[in-house]
Amino acid sequence: MNTLTMTRPALAATPAATTAFAAASRRVRQRLVRTVLVVGAICVAIAAILTAIDGKFFFVKLVYSLCIGITCNAIVFTAMLLSGWFTDLLYRARKLPLPDQSNSGWKGVVPGALAAALFGPGLGLWMADAITGYTSPSVLNFNSTSTRLTLLFSVLATIVSVFILQAQERLVHARAQAEASQRQAAENQLRLLQSQLEPHMLFNTLANLRVLIGMDPVRAQAMLDRLIAFLRATLNASRTPQHSLATEFERVADYLALMDVRMGPRLQTRLDLPDALRELPVPSLLLQPLVENAIKHGLEPKVQGGRVDVSARLDADTLVLTVRDTGIGLAAAASAVQAEGSHFGVAQARERLTTLYGTRAQLDLIDAADAEGGVQVTLRIPTVTAHPLQPAA
Amino acid sequence: MNAPRCLIAEDEPLLAAGLQADLAALWPELVVAAQVGDGASAVTQALALQPDVCFLDIRMPGLTGLEAAQALAEDWPEGPPFPLLVFVTAYDHYALAAFEAQAVDYLVKPVDRPRLQACVARLQSRLADRQPQPAGAPDAALAQTMDQLRALLGAAVPQPAQRPPLLDVVQAQVGNLVHMVPVSEVIYFEAADKYVRVVTAQREHLIRTSLRELLPQLDLQRFWQIHRGTVVQARCISTARREGSGKVTLTLAGHSDKLTASRLYAHLFKGM
Repeated sequence: MNTLTMTRPALAATPAATTAFAAASRRVRQRLVRTVLVVGAICVAIAAILTAIDGKFFFVKLVYSLCIGITCNAIVFTAMLLSGWFTDLLYRARKLPLPDQSNSGWKGVVPGALAAALFGPGLGLWMADAITGYTSPSVLNFNSTSTRLTLLFSVLATIVSVFILQAQERLVHARAQAEASQRQAAENQLRLLQSQLEPHMLFNTLANLRVLIGMDPVRAQAMLDRLIAFLRATLNASRTPQHSLATEFERVADYLALMDVRMGPRLQTRLDLPDALRELPVPSLLLQPLVENAIKHGLEPKVQGGRVDVSARLDADTLVLTVRDTGIGLAAAASAVQAEGSHFGVAQARERLTTLYGTRAQLDLIDAADAEGGVQVTLRIPTVTAHPLQPAA
Repeated sequence: MNAPRCLIAEDEPLLAAGLQADLAALWPELVVAAQVGDGASAVTQALALQPDVCFLDIRMPGLTGLEAAQALAEDWPEGPPFPLLVFVTAYDHYALAAFEAQAVDYLVKPVDRPRLQACVARLQSRLADRQPQPAGAPDAALAQTMDQLRALLGAAVPQPAQRPPLLDVVQAQVGNLVHMVPVSEVIYFEAADKYVRVVTAQREHLIRTSLRELLPQLDLQRFWQIHRGTVVQARCISTARREGSGKVTLTLAGHSDKLTASRLYAHLFKGM
């Protein structure tokens, strides 16, 4: 009995527990902790400055400063929280896509700060009076120097703390975004590698090679050479972002040669690369996943097999690459794909083109129009900005 | 005893030749009665030649190895013993786990000699154990194979998360006209080549889809698969009569058609 210890590495799935609600409440909690720390630090600083001026009662000043600071910031914090929830509700009610969650609430800053300046000092003084047993002059008594100082410090401190918190929030947000995009890139890399080193393809190829070694060693050696070239190119693809169209066609030819041994008479291939286009640079292994798709979803399910055509031509300044099969067609392939997973090859090629060329590149996936049927993928890539890898002699 | 005969279903010609060569070395008496490259031919050839052993590749054009085994189990005639099945697959962790759980014989490509040797030894001992069946007695080997296939086919149902939403209305197009047929009114669905027949009490429609695509969109509590080509709404079944062959004949409420549930699905019909 052979034991099975191999597992396909599962792509990192977000744990179901991390619901949107949990994430939102975590953000609010983090914001609260940061606010408490910043406000505490500012209040201690104010108390220290005031003590330095008259040299008395640091702790009493600290109580007053903390009470006012906490009250003002609590008002701002509440305003931001309410504004965040309100925006959320509004978007949900209108069934709009929710805006960037981590930034929600900042609309509440200005009204919050105004409310804090109006009510914060009064409330804070009243609280501090209750704690210390002193009696402060009314905040409405603008003639008192202490009142003016209190108001000035309160408003300034609130503004400073809001700015610090906002800057911190932006930093956290930017860091999270950078992490997310890094994770996305790593995941894409993994999926690319996984799609190209698909275990089913690899083991079937090795099984064929094993038979061929006994039957026809010369052909076996040729097949092994192709496999080596295929593996080397796949593993190197991330290090060489682009290569010449001629190299790209060679890699496609390697893959097709491997498939030709496996499928025998069920697979015919045609590669058409005009000499003039050989040195044009293209993203490396752009075509290979598309050719793999054509075979896997088009020809392999078809009992009598069929043909794959890969061709390149120039249309004004646009390089037009076509991968076409005479397989079972899009509709029939769609149901199989539903069971097998995504049409990853096409999605991935499209994503790469968008990253490299924006809207100037194009990928179309259509049912071939002629009687032979099957699927045709057409890529249109601008050549104007691209330069040949080697200068023309 | 006659020389044992086998059928090899494998779409990659080199692998088929390789398996044949390895078998010739390890089991010289074994005659390869047929070698086919797709699932549908595997079924027709196996039914025609009635081999003792079938080596079925899982991934084949047309029917998969599992679907071919299902068709074979449903259409196998009474009398001759059901072939011993060996599934062959390159790499499919999920399928292998299912085979392992069901103690079904399987080979992983590339197939090495010792593994094939063990498989041959097991097949030989099971063939030697085969008693000539008294007429009319239930075939124990067939019953066991049925249980295994049921479990394997059950395991092949997609996970609920990946399923498309349940279908409410079947849209059947005839020329420019689209008939909207509520699923609740459908008595049964029947596969017919590339189409599916949708039968209601009043009339029937053809839709251009396969039963394989349709099945995940049906509420399987209400719609029961009773054959690889038939799905019936349970509340429309009036009676079920068990036949000698292990099949079950169904009569319907509201329709005069009679349906047949295959051996694989006969276990659905028993008294409470």
